Order: sequence, then structure tokens, then C-alpha cells
Amino acid sequence: MTLTSLAQATYVVAAVLFVLSLAGLAKEETARRGNILGMVGMGLALAATVVLSLDQSERPVLVTALLIAMVFAIGASIGTWRARTVEMTQMPELIAMLHSFVGAAAVLVGFNSHLTEEADPVHQIEVFLGILIGAVTLTGSIVAYLKLSARMKSRPLTLPGRNWLNLGALVASAGLLAWYLASDSIVPLAIMTAIALLLGFHLVAAIGGGDMPVVVSMLNSYSGWAAAAAGLMLSNDLLIVTGALVGSSGAILSYLMCKAMNRAFLSVILGGFGTEGGTTASEGPQGEHREVKAPEVASLLAGASSVVIVPGYGMAVAKAQYPVADLVSTLRHQGVTVRFGVHPVAGRLPGHMNVLLAEAKVPYDIVLEMDEINEDFPETDVVLVIGANDVVNPSALEDPGSPLAGMPVLEVWKAGQCIVFKRSMATGYAGVQNPLFFRDNSAMLFGDAKTQVEAILTELRSRDGAAV
Amino acid sequence: MRIGVPAETRAGERLVAASPASVAQLIKLGYQVDVEKGAGTSASFLDEQYEASGATLVDTEAAWSADVVTCVNAPTQEQVWGLRENTTVVSMMSPQSNPELLAALNERDATALALDAVPRVSRAQAIDVLSTLSNVAGYRAVIEAAEQYGGMFTGQVTAAGKTAPATVFIIGAGVAGLAAIGAASSLGAQVRAFDVRPEVAEQIESMGGTFVHAPEAQQEISADGYAKPLTEEQQAAAMRVYAAEAAKADVVITTALVRGTAPTTITAHVVAGMRPGSVIVDLAASGGGNCELTVPGETVVSDNGVTIVGYTDLTSRMPRHTSTLFGTNIVHLMELLTPGKDGVLVLDLEDPVQRGMTVAHAGEIMWPPPPVSVSAAPAPAAAQGPTEEELAEKARAEAEAAARKARRRNWLYGAGAVAALVLLSFADSATVQHLTVFALAVIVGFYVISNVKHSLHTPLMSQTNAISGIILVGALLQIGSDDAVVSTLAFIAAAVASINIFGGFLVTYRMLGMFRKDA
Repeated sequence: MTLTSLAQATYVVAAVLFVLSLAGLAKEETARRGNILGMVGMGLALAATVVLSLDQSERPVLVTALLIAMVFAIGASIGTWRARTVEMTQMPELIAMLHSFVGAAAVLVGFNSHLTEEADPVHQIEVFLGILIGAVTLTGSIVAYLKLSARMKSRPLTLPGRNWLNLGALVASAGLLAWYLASDSIVPLAIMTAIALLLGFHLVAAIGGGDMPVVVSMLNSYSGWAAAAAGLMLSNDLLIVTGALVGSSGAILSYLMCKAMNRAFLSVILGGFGTEGGTTASEGPQGEHREVKAPEVASLLAGASSVVIVPGYGMAVAKAQYPVADLVSTLRHQGVTVRFGVHPVAGRLPGHMNVLLAEAKVPYDIVLEMDEINEDFPETDVVLVIGANDVVNPSALEDPGSPLAGMPVLEVWKAGQCIVFKRSMATGYAGVQNPLFFRDNSAMLFGDAKTQVEAILTELRSRDGAAV
Repeated sequence: MRIGVPAETRAGERLVAASPASVAQLIKLGYQVDVEKGAGTSASFLDEQYEASGATLVDTEAAWSADVVTCVNAPTQEQVWGLRENTTVVSMMSPQSNPELLAALNERDATALALDAVPRVSRAQAIDVLSTLSNVAGYRAVIEAAEQYGGMFTGQVTAAGKTAPATVFIIGAGVAGLAAIGAASSLGAQVRAFDVRPEVAEQIESMGGTFVHAPEAQQEISADGYAKPLTEEQQAAAMRVYAAEAAKADVVITTALVRGTAPTTITAHVVAGMRPGSVIVDLAASGGGNCELTVPGETVVSDNGVTIVGYTDLTSRMPRHTSTLFGTNIVHLMELLTPGKDGVLVLDLEDPVQRGMTVAHAGEIMWPPPPVSVSAAPAPAAAQGPTEEELAEKARAEAEAAARKARRRNWLYGAGAVAALVLLSFADSATVQHLTVFALAVIVGFYVISNVKHSLHTPLMSQTNAISGIILVGALLQIGSDDAVVSTLAFIAAAVASINIFGGFLVTYRMLGMFRKDA
């Protein structure tokens, strides 16, 4: 038994633990265990690697050990700090940022691999692919981060012939690969890296803010493939398995999100959504909307027996999840059935709303998915739409000319009364006017979602107090 | 304006055109309501209750001389003479068979609104008293049948032996038929129902009945919601269905009433084939009866012991609820006629619903009304939309396109597989092994991730993100290199990757801690 074979054995255990970890995440009950299993797997893998690395060190062991210790110190301090302080509403930004780190690491590992190992064509292809994917992930994630944290305009950047630009970048990369294979020089590798960085930037810049959930999970997928490519070039099965797991995970998530929006994956990835149909549609049918104030909503809720809350990105922006959770528990205390209807693409990450509601201690068994709750709207007395717009737009079902046509939506207009919390009458991300606002059974509650929910809550509590 | 609610004078009638609740609603619309003393007594609505709702109690004459008179049955000639001029009369009038009444009303310059002439459009459903009455009649028919039938509707297994559930066969799945299906099945009977319109199968099943399929006796989907006259072959086939089903049934309820006339569905011959002790309730008795042996208004027993109930006053036998519902229909009508909610009746003859039920107005007999486009069936949409051939053509084209796409896809996959095969056969065996691992891991990942609940997608993403920090392994192995450049690059790579690992796992842990179930 050598150290290497011991490390290999540990890697197998770690790979199995990773698979179990992801399997554990399937259900809320086992998710915590899945998380721990992942940590254990990672711990084992890293311990084995550290031992192996010290053993193979070409420098004094102490120097290598010191470097490794510094790496972990940096990682642990920054990582822990970010993880503790991040607000749940900023989860998408954090995840996008972390993806860019994987991309960066993949690029660097690729260059190192080129520098340290001798050239054979298969290895060269692996290095080339690893750097390409890593570089695209790096800049793509940074752009996604900037867009999500509103440091960059979320409007899609539409350069003329943008699809040709992307294609051109890929063709150029293929040419550079041939050059690299022939010469084993670092020059084509560096040029390709520059092109890939630009490609990543352009790919994500061309996608509108509304499609960011898809982009984030797509980048998640890329970061996995980058790790897998690194595994191939280093002949490390653990990296291959893990990368493949992550890669397919991100790919499936992107696919599910696209299906939820009824859009082709390719058209989301190629970007530019909302530029063709959006302008004409926003001139679409306007109408009279009715405005209500918090006390009226409070009395409506007090008289209701069944209430459904549809949260959207607006709730995240206003950080209204805490007062919403209080409202829910107050209403439930008064015997009102309250449930949440979450659209698959609500928020800026898949499952974003669920995390926010969980943060505010809303029990997860009253948070339902679109398919589970859509049939119940006709029997619902009041629907509160908090900061959601496109996912409750009836024109998706009724107007074949709408850019949203065919997207499954929450059919809130079938409920007895629908209250829409909104800052103004502006359109949603898709730039489409929402006929829901002009329906007879809809009313608008303007203002900051958090302030308004708190006002309703105060009103409800004062009534409750008066009744006692 | 004043609304008068006179007591009904037809022999045996126990209904009244307003309930205390509907009186309150009429007053909300701005009207004064005058209820004749004792008008609601037989429907268990006492005079005090009407007074408490805000009505004024008046005598017969005053009730008939109001601005608007609402009653259930058509007024008699004498009652018409008791009307003031320009009065509006709201009641059922059977305008198609009652020209003398129309003439008399017209002579008094009355505006006559026939409740039984409401066009059958969805908007008018709230004022359609025929639906209301049919609904009650269907329910009551089951109750009458249960009284006559010498057994329990529900099947039982007891220590003293078992009884089979009653089999109820219902002909016609209109409002009355459906109500009967619901009532009979909730009493525990086995309900079978037949209708010549095949599209009602779903409605029958939704009420708990079993639809009797007999394609040769059933017609095409109808355009206006009413059954059409059958062809001779269909007629013969339907008669065979009736005979066969009736012979098996304990109770037969017939509801076939096509525009006021009752076709014969149960011949004397069919009755002869039924079991002794079984019951027929003929809901079409007012139109002469669906059963040849029906005597309208009476219950008779056939030679072979089959009881045939031909009551024509089934709705009147449930006066309380019928009057409540009827009164609400009137309130809905008055809402339509009182756009200002100010107690002033405004008749809008441009509105097809109001025009349809106005049989006399301003000295003119307005019956029959112009035909109304009916919205009962999806037929109009089909007529405007593409024809069936076009649809078929389109479907075929789509199928072809899909097949072409599938073929192309198969070719692409095939080509990809061949290319992969060629490439792999050039690679060394170690690489092939790694690729094997890679392919298997992708597949495992696919199945594992597919099971993850939507609500956990964010934690999943941060967990996979943490795991993809495994690239740290690669960087760590390079960190010991004696090349300074390599070592530096590896150090940076390892540092960012380790941020990923710590940050990703911890944030996932934090998130998962928040998910809780309701205690």
C-alpha cells in the first residue's frame, strides 16, 4: 500500500459521499444530512490530497506545508465571513461570485498543467478545453454578479450580429487548438484565453436580468464541466466525478427553469430577450386600475377563509419576507388558511423564494409549487401578489401575441379578490403590460412592500386586540 | 317604485315570488316592497319576517296595483284587470301557448316580462328560473320515488341478511336530470343515466352517475345545448336502450321535455317489462308525460304493480327552498333592470336578455323575440376557427415536421457516436478509463439531481458550487512544484477554490437550517 493508492481509495469514498450528499438534498428532511456528508467527503478528499501533495513536493516539505496552510487560512476566513454575513436576498450574487472563483481556478490549473506536464495530443486537448470553459465561466459569472447586484444594467446588451460573434469566437478557438496541438506553445493558449474571457462576458451581457436564474444555473453547470476537464488533464477521477455531478446538476436546473418559462434553452442562452416583442407589447391594452389602502386589505384578509400569497422578486428587494411571515402567522392564528404559491422562476435563482421564506421561518409545508396550487385559486378568497408580475400575467395564457405566450403562470385572477403589491404601474422584466391589474377583481396597493405589509399587520393586530 | 308580491292563487300552489331575504335585497336596490298578507305562509315565511326585512304588508288589491308586480304563475284575466296601467308584470307566462294572456296584458298597456322566456345565455343564468325549478324538481323526483319504492336506496349488509342497492335509471341529463342523479347517488343508489347528447357524459359522471353509452342512439354535439329531434333509426335505438335499462331498474326518472313537449320514452310495453314494485317518476308530466301510462297530477299503479308518479307540482312540494331561489332570481333580474340602484326600473330593449323576456311593452305584443345567439356550446368557435380538414392537415404537417426533426436528431446522434468512437480508439487506455468514469458520473448526476425538490434548488446550487471547489485538489497537487510561476499560479487557484469550499458549504448549512416544518 502506497500513499498514492491510499489517496485513491480515499477519493473513491469522497466521490460516493458527494453522490449521497446530492441525493440527500432531494428532500427537506434529509437535506441537512446531505450537506454534512458533502463536508465530510470534502474533508477526506482534501486531507488525502494534502498528504499526497506533501509527499510529492519538489521543494522542502515545510515550505509546501506553509503554503497549503496559508491557502486554507485565506479560504476559511474569507469563505466563512461571506457565508455568515450574506443576506438571503443576495444569495444569487454570492453564488455567481463563487462560480467565477471555480472558473479562475480552472484557468490557472490548466496553465499549470501545460507548464508542468509534457505534451501529448490528448492531454493538450484536455488542457485547452479546461481553460476555455474555465475562462468563459470566470467572466460570465462576474457579469452575472454585476447584473444581479445592480452594478451593471440588467438590460440585455445587443451587439449587431451577436450570435455570429459567439460563433466566430468558437471557430477561432478551434483554429487556435490546431495551432496549439502543432506547436505546444503557450501563445495560442493565451490568445484563446483572452477570446474565451471576452466570449463569457458577451454571452452573459446579452442576457436580460429576468433570465438570470437560468444563467446562474448554467454557469453552475460550466463550473462543473471546468472541474471535470481539469480532472481529465490531471488524470484525477475524483475531479472528474465531482465535475460531472455538478455539471449535470446545473444543466438539469437550467433545463427545468427554461421549461417553466416555456422557452427554448438555446434562445435563453443566446440572449436578447425582450428586445423584439417588448416595446410593442408595453403599448398594449391599458385600463383603469383600482387602488386600495392597507386598512381595506386588512379587513379583506380578516374576513377571508382562504388566502394565497404569491411572492416575487419584489418581495426580496423590499426584504418583506419577515413581515410577510408575521402576517401569515397572525392570519393562521385567526383560523385563516394561508398558503404560498411559488412560481418556478420567481426570484433570481431557482428556489430563491423558498429560501427567503424559510429564512423568515415560514413552515415549508405551506409553501406550494405552481402545479400544486393553481387548481385551488377558484376557491381562494384573497390572493396577495407581493412583488411578482410576469409570473401572474394572464396574457401568457390568453394573448397568443404576447412575448410571454405559453408560459405557465399562476392563475391568481381566478380567486375572489386579488391584491397586487407594487411600487408603481411599471412593467415587469419582460417589459409586458399586465392585464391582471385592470381586472375587476384586482386592486393595487402601491408602495414599498415591506411598509405596506407592516401596515396591514398593525391594522390586523389592533382589530384583534379590540375584539378581545 | 313599489314592487308588489301578491299571494299565488293557483290551486295547491305553495310558492311565493319573494323571500324575506330577497325582500331585503330588493329594498337595497331602492325599491319599496309590498307583500300581500299571508303570501309566504305556505312556504313557511311568516308575515312578521317580511316586515322585519322592511316590507309593507298589504291586501290583495294593493299588491296587484304596485308599479312592478312579481309572481310565480301567470296572472289570471281578473288579476290582469286589477293591474294599474303601465305596470310591469314579472312572472312565468308560457308566452308560446298563452296568447290570450298577452293580449289582455297588452290591453292594460302593461310591460310583461316572462321569466320562462329568458334566453339561455350564460350571462342570464342568474335569472333563469327554469333552471332553478328544474333543479328542485329533479331532487324532489328522487324523494317521491324513494317514498313509493318499498326499499332502501342504499345497499346494506346486516346480521339479518343483505339488501341490494336500488338501481335508478334517469333519462335526460338536463338540469333536472343531473339534480336527480346527484340526489339519488347521495342516497346510495346505483345511478345510470342516458341522454341523446353524448357531450353530457362528463357531467353525468361528475354527479356520481354512470353514463349509458349507446352510440347508435346518440346524436352529434348540439349547438345550442338543447337536444334536437332524433332521426328514425336513432329513435328506434333509443327506445331499445330505454326498454333494456328500465327492465333492470328499480326506479326510472324521465325528464325529456323538448321545448315544452314531452316525447314518449316509456311505452306501456316497457312498463309491462318492468319488475313489480318499481317506480317511474315522470318529470315531463306537465307536457303530457314521457310515459304512456302517466296521468298528470296523479300517482297510478300499472297492472303489473309499477307505480307511476305524474305530479306536476314537484317544485311546489319544496316551497321553502324553491321560493328562496326563485326570489333570488327575481333580485338578479331587478339588478339588471335597475342600473342606477335607485329604485327606478329601466328596460333596455337593446339587451338581448331583456328583449328576449319582454313579451309585451308599450302597447305592443313583442312575442316571439328575435333569435338570440346562444353560447351554450363551443360550436360557434369551431365554426369560425379552422375546419376539421384544416386541423387534420395541420396535425399531419406537424407530425411530419416532428418526424423529420427526430430523423435528423437520430442522424446527429449517430454521427456523434461514431466520431466519439473514432476519437476514443486513438486515445490511450488511461484516458478512455477516465472518460468512462466521466460518462457514468454524468448519468448518476442526472438521476440524483432529477429527484431534488424545487424548493431546495438554491441550497442544491450552493452545495454543488461548494463541491466544484474540489478543483482545489488539482491546485494543491501543483503547489509543491519547484517552478515559482507554477507554484504561484497554483497558490492563487487554491486560495480562490478554498473560499468556494468554505463559503459554499457554510452558506448551504445556514440555509438548510432555516427550512422547518410546521410544528
